[in-house]
Amino acid sequence: MSRPYLRTKGVPSPLVLGALAALVALPGCITVNAPEEPIVIELNVNIRQEVIYRLAEDAGNTIDENADIF
Amino acid sequence: MTIRPNQSARTFARNAAFALVAGATALGGIAAPAFAQRDPAYASARASGEVGEKMDGYIGIVGAETPALRRIVNDINIKRRAVYSEKAQAARATLEEYAFAAGCQAILKTSPGEKYQAPDGSWATRGSGAPQRDARCP
Repeated sequence: MSRPYLRTKGVPSPLVLGALAALVALPGCITVNAPEEPIVIELNVNIRQEVIYRLAEDAGNTIDENADIF
Repeated sequence: MTIRPNQSARTFARNAAFALVAGATALGGIAAPAFAQRDPAYASARASGEVGEKMDGYIGIVGAETPALRRIVNDINIKRRAVYSEKAQAARATLEEYAFAAGCQAILKTSPGEKYQAPDGSWATRGSGAPQRDARCP
């Protein structure tokens, strides 16, 4: 059974070329550094507000269902 | 696979609770109000502005603390916490998040003359307009 995508004779297959390109490009990827702390804080605030919005209707129903303690 | 039995147990508990409530409603009669009313002591403390709604979803003493007011506030807050805890779990949120969301709604539902906590932490009296609420409130 022939496996054309692994053939080494003649022109290299696109797969081999792609692997080579990835190897060449790899060192360039590592140098990207983003400051971590501000991003984490920003994310926390966003999630919290989003959660409050999501819970609003549920919380309103809970208050109505427990009118004796609200 | 420990999730399945848990889920079915919870579903069973919920169904059982529904059945119980349905049974109690059937026994209780037709014209009975669906939900219980505030305790008279709590109702009057609210109306007189001695207790107010806080941003965190609980009530607080507005003026001078008395043992009677402390008892009312603690009683209500313990019950609220139990409800928040259960509902937060069902909604996949933390107790604090759920309580805060309820606080937003509870402040919105205050009647004119009742006290509530403004975003700066001070006690405000509800007027005829919208209350001042935290920016995160919907």
